Amino acid sequence: MAAPRGGRRPGAVLACALVWLALIGCAAIFANLLPLPSPTEMDLLGKRALPDAQHWLGNDQLGRDMLSRLIHGARISLSVGLLAPVIGVTVGGALGMLAGYFRGPLETLTVGGVDVLLAFPPLVFALAVTTYLGQSVLNLILVIGILGIPAFTRVARAVTLSLTEREFVVAARALGATHSRILLREILPNVALPLTAFFLLGVAVTIVVEGALSFLGLGVPPPAPSWGSMIGEGRESLDLAPWLAFLPAVVMFMTVLAFNVVGDSLRALTDPRPGAL
Amino acid sequence: MSAPLLSIEGVSVELPTPRGLLRAVDRVDLTLEAGRTLGVVGESGCGKTMLSRAILQLLPKRAKLDGRVMFGGRDLAGLSREALRRLRGPELAVVFQDPMTSLNPVLTIGTQIVETLQVHLGMSGIAATKRGAELLAAVGIPAPEQRLRQYPSQLSGGMRQRVAIAIALSCEPKLLIADEPTTALDVTVQAQILDLLAREQQRRHMAMILITHDLGVVAGRTDEVAVMYAGRVVERAPTPRLFAHMRMPYTEALLAAIPRLDSAPHTPLPAIGGRPPDPTRPLPGCSFAPRCRYVEDDCRAAKPPLADPERAGSLYACWHPR
Amino acid sequence: MSALLSLENLTVEYAVGGRSLFAVSDVSLHVDRGETLGLVGESGCGKSTLGRAVLQLRRPTGGKVVFDGTELTGLGAEKMRLMRRRLQLIFQDPIASLNPRRRIGDIIAEPLIIVGVTDKAERDRRVREVMTAVGLDPDVAMGRLPHEFSGGQCQRICIARALILEPELVICDEPVSALDVSIRAQILNLLEEMKRRYGLTLLFIAHDLAVVKAVSDRIAVMYLGKLCEIAPTERLFAQPAHPYTALLLDAIPVPDPTVRPATNLAVGEPPSPLDPPSGCRFRTRCPRADRQCAAEVPPLREVAAGQFAACHHPLTGPA
Repeated sequence: MAAPRGGRRPGAVLACALVWLALIGCAAIFANLLPLPSPTEMDLLGKRALPDAQHWLGNDQLGRDMLSRLIHGARISLSVGLLAPVIGVTVGGALGMLAGYFRGPLETLTVGGVDVLLAFPPLVFALAVTTYLGQSVLNLILVIGILGIPAFTRVARAVTLSLTEREFVVAARALGATHSRILLREILPNVALPLTAFFLLGVAVTIVVEGALSFLGLGVPPPAPSWGSMIGEGRESLDLAPWLAFLPAVVMFMTVLAFNVVGDSLRALTDPRPGAL
Repeated sequence: MSAPLLSIEGVSVELPTPRGLLRAVDRVDLTLEAGRTLGVVGESGCGKTMLSRAILQLLPKRAKLDGRVMFGGRDLAGLSREALRRLRGPELAVVFQDPMTSLNPVLTIGTQIVETLQVHLGMSGIAATKRGAELLAAVGIPAPEQRLRQYPSQLSGGMRQRVAIAIALSCEPKLLIADEPTTALDVTVQAQILDLLAREQQRRHMAMILITHDLGVVAGRTDEVAVMYAGRVVERAPTPRLFAHMRMPYTEALLAAIPRLDSAPHTPLPAIGGRPPDPTRPLPGCSFAPRCRYVEDDCRAAKPPLADPERAGSLYACWHPR
Repeated sequence: MSALLSLENLTVEYAVGGRSLFAVSDVSLHVDRGETLGLVGESGCGKSTLGRAVLQLRRPTGGKVVFDGTELTGLGAEKMRLMRRRLQLIFQDPIASLNPRRRIGDIIAEPLIIVGVTDKAERDRRVREVMTAVGLDPDVAMGRLPHEFSGGQCQRICIARALILEPELVICDEPVSALDVSIRAQILNLLEEMKRRYGLTLLFIAHDLAVVKAVSDRIAVMYLGKLCEIAPTERLFAQPAHPYTALLLDAIPVPDPTVRPATNLAVGEPPSPLDPPSGCRFRTRCPRADRQCAAEVPPLREVAAGQFAACHHPLTGPA
């Protein structure tokens, strides 16, 4: 996305957020190429070691390199954070658009299904999946993704409902456009931006949820690092080495904040008109 | 001759926008005496609404106001918020275009009228309710006691505008500003509301500024008319004189562009070509020059002042008047 | 002259909170090929619903819409979709009727894509042609987004989109109400010019009688979903037969201070369409109403050559 028009918003915060996300993203993608110690190799003599030339951020309670774990953790946290909302935005977005456009029984069914999904206790669902399908990153993405569908459905349906009544959609109908053409050419471009903004907020929420699930032991299976599991493990030595929990917490906080800032800026840009005049 | 009730001296309003500073009102002078009606006519974006906001001191926060708004001998721009609050109602009142948004949807009609009366006139609840019903009856609302208990959404558009007028009139203001009061209403209801405003204005000897885009509305119901274009008053004259002899080509073109009832069907209308200039890019000459059919070179060079060179009581801003 | 469009006992009902609202009630009229029929009435009289019912955007609940010999009311979805290129619609709010995220060139070309003109060069040629016809410069305008244009220019874009398939009937639903006076005249003139150039038949819906008079050959007046009067334009203005038409005429503000505005016009406002009065729907505001008006619905009768009114006590008798 381009920078906000005409200095409508101070761009410095947005720029910082984008730089941070780029940094984290690159680190996660190129984690294997970076000259880092293995994130799972234990150095039982260097438990909770303070930072030195070899271990820039020190070691954790099992003597594993913190920096390496943070960067490899970014890989898992970001892939869960990005992929789970993709499930939500595609399934939920499509369902919401169809429900809002066609109305009738389809809408009743969708809204009903979404309500059922919302009412289902998320932890029980996560427990059931990990118990029967096993604990893996893929299952984690699936669980959080499915739980995110209702929110995306609702946003897409609400936007579509108001768009369907707009004159330009009626105009397309009057021209004899097919339903699929109206949905793809007239409605989708107008639903896309609000959904993208919501998607970025979804990413932020998912990173936190992944953290919480890993913290509870329902997330990524050990010894693979994720920010949430690092906080969980760091908790045991809060009194001895509080930075073990705080470092991943700070990184997670910054990333979530950055996604929120980008999401908000995008939402401010949703309106194609440059201010009311 | 007594001092005018309202005198606007060199008022400009500037608004910052993403595309630059927008001069919505550009050095406007106007005077209005007690009991008189002034029509302000112009198209959207000509600055007529911003001018009314400047008089009411209800400009958007970012707007910058220059010049003086003298009302009853005081400069309104210099008054405190508290002094202004006490002024609005008993001295200055306003009726907006859309009564649906100017009335509070979650309060009953009665509450809204009674509150105004209690706050400004210090009436007791019972007296205020009785007066509220009288006011509703005066603006032509049948069964006023029952209406007091209803919410704005339960009334039709015309009835809501009557309620808004009743609230505006409740404290006997000296000046009523009616900003497009009938634009949102149907034709048959528009006539009734305009009649009501004219009747109450005369009965109360109240001054009124009637802001509209419709020359037809001001023709029969104002003493004087000011025509605005691109933030400036471009012509100002007593109503009969203005319609009898329009000097500014814009006024003439605006009147000609209205479909007439007495012309035959399919008569082409003398339209004004083009559109108003970008208010963030002021022109050095006359703002209407790019659209004017009588334009000459000097029109583009310098802005004509609003003046009355013939001393005939008709002011216009044009180098080549009709 | 033959009727291009005819409505027979057209009725459109909405369900509102368990009750039915007759937005259009038993309306019959026809529009001849090449004619402009003006349709006037106040808000809520059903004139816009009628326009949309003709295009089957709102399916009528009763009666027939016949276009050039084909009954649209009975047509299946696919056949109706193919029929649409012959009937077009122009809306009141020109800005809202353009997709804010699509470029002007694409918006105007859209109808061609829908009917299957696959040749990009051919589409481009026709877009440029129709844009020039409506007074837009294709080189400047094609690549821009709707919000870069004023209301008047957006209405030109809408007209271009409606005309690119060279339709036979165009329904104009309050096409100039949202525009300023000086722009209004431009658009009215443009519609007249386009009508001649493309040989259009127009159904021109508006609330402003003066605007309707400028473009119409005949005018139909609606009140609370019913047709009150239909007559040739000159006749309707010279000698209105229905008291409601007379009221509308008297209520128009005349831009001339020597004409005193009519005062004490018929009192009251239109009643709720959910609960219309019995008999003649206008009787609650009519100075001529009597017991017969409350008891019987007045049928549409010819009161003079070509002038029909639904009134028990018309203002003009048969000539």
